[in-house]
Amino acid sequence: MDVFSSLMDGFATALTPMNFLYAVIGVVLGTAVGVLPGLGPAMTVALLLPVTYVLEPTSAFIMFAGIYYGGMYGGSTTSILLNTPGESSSVVTAIEGNKMAKAGRAAQALATAAIGSFVAGTIGTALLAVCAPIVVKFAVSLGSPSYFAIMVLALLAVTAVLGSSRLRGFASLGLGLAIGLVGMDSVTGQARLTFGQPLLSDGLDIVVVAVAIFAVGEALWVAAHLRRTPLHIIPVGQPWMGKEDWKRSWKPWLRGTVLGFPFGALPAGGAEIPTFLSYVTEKRLTKHPEEFGKGAIEGVAGPEAANNAAAAGTLTPMLALGLPTNATAAVMLAAFTSYGIQPGPQLFESEGPLVWALIASLFIGNFLLLVINLPLAPLWAKLLQLPRPYLYAGILFFATLGAYSVNLQAFDLVILLVLGALGFMMRRFGLPVLPLILGVILGPRVEGQLRKTLQLSAGDPAGLWSEPIAVGIYVIVAIILAWPLLLKAWRRSRPQAEPAFAGMPATSEADPDRTDAGGANPHPFDDRDLDTTRNTAAGRQERP
Amino acid sequence: MTSLTSRLKGRSELGVALLLGAAGGLVLWDAVGLVTPYSKSDPVGPKTVPYIVAGLLLVCAVMLAINVLRGGHGETEGGEDVDLSHPADWKTVLPLAGAFIANVLIIDWAGWVISGTVLFWGSVWALGSRHYVRDGLISVSLSLLTFYGFYLGLGISLPAGLLEGIL
Repeated sequence: MDVFSSLMDGFATALTPMNFLYAVIGVVLGTAVGVLPGLGPAMTVALLLPVTYVLEPTSAFIMFAGIYYGGMYGGSTTSILLNTPGESSSVVTAIEGNKMAKAGRAAQALATAAIGSFVAGTIGTALLAVCAPIVVKFAVSLGSPSYFAIMVLALLAVTAVLGSSRLRGFASLGLGLAIGLVGMDSVTGQARLTFGQPLLSDGLDIVVVAVAIFAVGEALWVAAHLRRTPLHIIPVGQPWMGKEDWKRSWKPWLRGTVLGFPFGALPAGGAEIPTFLSYVTEKRLTKHPEEFGKGAIEGVAGPEAANNAAAAGTLTPMLALGLPTNATAAVMLAAFTSYGIQPGPQLFESEGPLVWALIASLFIGNFLLLVINLPLAPLWAKLLQLPRPYLYAGILFFATLGAYSVNLQAFDLVILLVLGALGFMMRRFGLPVLPLILGVILGPRVEGQLRKTLQLSAGDPAGLWSEPIAVGIYVIVAIILAWPLLLKAWRRSRPQAEPAFAGMPATSEADPDRTDAGGANPHPFDDRDLDTTRNTAAGRQERP
Repeated sequence: MTSLTSRLKGRSELGVALLLGAAGGLVLWDAVGLVTPYSKSDPVGPKTVPYIVAGLLLVCAVMLAINVLRGGHGETEGGEDVDLSHPADWKTVLPLAGAFIANVLIIDWAGWVISGTVLFWGSVWALGSRHYVRDGLISVSLSLLTFYGFYLGLGISLPAGLLEGIL
């Protein structure tokens, strides 16, 4: 079956009245929860996972598609109206978006974000539909050694490339892998890290882990540092754009899409790098350079499009290889496994109708997002005023409910609290959360591939590099690991070399206290600069 | 002694290194305790990966301790409602954790409607709301709504506990 006819079948499934209803619910819930401060898309999906357990997989995934894009869009609304982005992917949007809102152009900022998200999301989803089967065709020829290498690459790339401190990333990865070890060993049936506790022998439920780290950890962390002075929220009417705004937006949308999709699809992609690149590109290409820093619409249109295109790109390795590259995809992958669906390249073969229904509902969700969110923007802005005690008490309440309803065991709530405390500690001491989640989810699968590989080679470690693809990937892994050293050597040979984006206002305010464990800047595009932006953005908020 | 305390001051992050070390030690100890005869069909065995994970954790623990003693520190996470200018407010966090623990302790016995009310009401109180009546009403209705919502909508029966027969 070719892509087009499969996709049409997908639409037929997704457009049945009940499934369409789930898509609408997903988009509305996703946006509403995404708009709420403190709740990102990953947490939204984690909190709603238990609710979808009773749905049949197809409906559940249709709902997830809506939640996914809804949550992404909700985050940008928050950053435009509040100037304190909740997720690193909307940091860049806040730079110009909030300036626009302050200058009375909130309606245009929201409109260009919504329409740009729609354009980028639609193109990105189309690219996903085309690319994923190609990747699958390539992937089915790979054996265990290559899979093992790809998964190692994904784990290391996310740990070493994203985040400001590699050491803390690896610490987080180690904790995640350790959590993933808990339970019965799948090959020999030996109990590992269960301490004789029968309730632990099935392992820790991934929903409980995700909800604990994302929701409980976040609620406790915010409670410890709750802002007592209310944030200034910019009132907004119906979003709209004038002719001039359209003229200035459409090119940044397309450029943002081109930047966003490939980065999203890479193992350590994520949306931070492309949104940042898009901002820099638009700043260079704009005909209104004087407006940058004061609220230029290009600076919202480009990064928002890049953000959504990256969101679509992320789904390519997730669906085609079973490889999550951001937190939301990781949680969705956990949902796959909890439905007994085996992620990996066989997915398109074994669960074809479900996958194509999911892709079709991504198109539908994207369209609904535009139709629903343009008129509802003023309502979403009101959600931002929800009293904080209710918001965070509500997060704890629903986190508890969600974790408890999986197995109806009070024991799960104890784990929820313990891991919530771990999440709190990680936020306090700057340990990134993503490596932990990926470690929990990918850890057991990496181990499985390792054992299968060595089983095939009868214990000979040479089996690990018996496939050319695997060798190529190990070379990439080595480059990533050696990157700080390479960069140091390169800098020494060219001492005047400056980072390419020295023009960013944030870099000039670099935090002198900041020390990096890896020594040199681990990657020219790591989110150190974005973090600084976030800090200054938060700092700016304090001014009356 | 004083030089030690002054050196340790503000280095609470060493606790993270300690935790990583403890976790690594635990994984190692657990892996050593596994008894597995060598088998041809599984040359890797259940011990190898725990050894690797334990090694990773222990190396990270040592490196983090060195990093912290040299003056490095992790970057605390910001957010919309996070104000990092004041120190951690334990007067909020501890009651909040208390409300959570209360829920864990009574959920099986008192049922979700009561324990959920306690959880929400306690959390809202801990977070600084002082509208006792309004908060109480919201707590009860949230718990009741989710109880019936889960039962009727999702087919999951949360424990009724003390209110068994009434609900």
